Amino acid sequence: MQTTSDEVLIARIAGGDRLAMQVLFARHHVRVYRFVLRLVRNEATAEDLISDVFLDVWRQAGKFEGRSAVSTWMLSIARFKALSALRRKPEQELDEETAEQIEDHADNPEVALAKKDKAAVLRKALSKLSAEHREIVDLVYYHEKSVEEVAGIVGIPEATVKTRMFYARKKLSEILKEQGIDRGWP
Amino acid sequence: MNTMNKETQSDIEELLPWHAAGTLSRRDTQRVEEALANDPELARRYELVREEFGETILLNETLGAPSGHAMEKLFAKIDAEPARKQVASFNLSTRVAEFFASLSPRTLAWSAAAAAIAIFLQAGLIANIVIKDKAGGFETASAPSTDPGVGAFTLIRFAPQASSDDITKFLEANKLQVAAGPMPGGLYKVRVAVTGLPKDEIARIVKKLQEDKVVGFIATAQ
Repeated sequence: MQTTSDEVLIARIAGGDRLAMQVLFARHHVRVYRFVLRLVRNEATAEDLISDVFLDVWRQAGKFEGRSAVSTWMLSIARFKALSALRRKPEQELDEETAEQIEDHADNPEVALAKKDKAAVLRKALSKLSAEHREIVDLVYYHEKSVEEVAGIVGIPEATVKTRMFYARKKLSEILKEQGIDRGWP
Repeated sequence: MNTMNKETQSDIEELLPWHAAGTLSRRDTQRVEEALANDPELARRYELVREEFGETILLNETLGAPSGHAMEKLFAKIDAEPARKQVASFNLSTRVAEFFASLSPRTLAWSAAAAAIAIFLQAGLIANIVIKDKAGGFETASAPSTDPGVGAFTLIRFAPQASSDDITKFLEANKLQVAAGPMPGGLYKVRVAVTGLPKDEIARIVKKLQEDKVVGFIATAQ
């Protein structure tokens, strides 16, 4: 069975097709939510923002020019909304779950136990990256965006995308080393 | 890592995350794979990338999903929006986009091959008709018509690399209307004017349209 492409859905949305909007939402809202959540670190804010993101898709569908994939276009909108929200609430309270993920680097019994599980420590280290580094790691690994697409979403040159990813990974190694895992790189 | 110079080594290493995610171009994929096959240290570093890749996915997957209210909120906002104006070109845009989306790459490839043969035959036929008509030169003056069967027409086959968006823009920019198609050979009958035009005027339009990269083949039509 062939599914309707995102581009066709956008063309239908431009004509006011609500069903097409539902299909597009169902297809992408979880990934958009997770991208936004990793940036704003607050579930309620992230949930509010995704309805704003998809409302923009509804409003702007007629202007979509197909220069990028629909998912890339939506992540660009999501990023803009998330950064605007963060600017509005610079001292936003973090919920307990996400705050746990960014606790300081000090070793504690929990971390000591986690050292036995390298994968768990790696996930913890990924959560400790800066917002800028977290964003690029997520876009490349989880959202499977190419160099060109990341450049479009973040608004930086392609060469910078590559070096930022490199430094994000380097920082990840440093955090892991602090946790007692030496990857022998860089 | 002594088989490559430092610049190439650093260039390839920067690409490893995209190689793990499968988002590199074919050319870069080949470069990375060759380097990995020849460089054990690079291959070891690639394993680190693959670990990061797997754990990043796992981390994101544990973030959960928004509640079921998210869609309700969205549609409440959409309901509050002013009624949408229908875009004049919507039907045409959608039709063209849906048509191209409905074709698989294999179908498109076969269409292109069939088109090459069919167009060769049709070009001769069309040229013959045009030459015959040159003897006439009689034109009727009539009011512009909205009847899609009335006006001046061309036959167009769009370039295989042209996207549906390129085609839609091309049609809109040149005020063209698809009257029929796709016909055998991937041809579309496209109206260039709502009234009949002199042959030399149509020829001028055809020549102008031919310069657009979206057009693979164009000829005047009856």
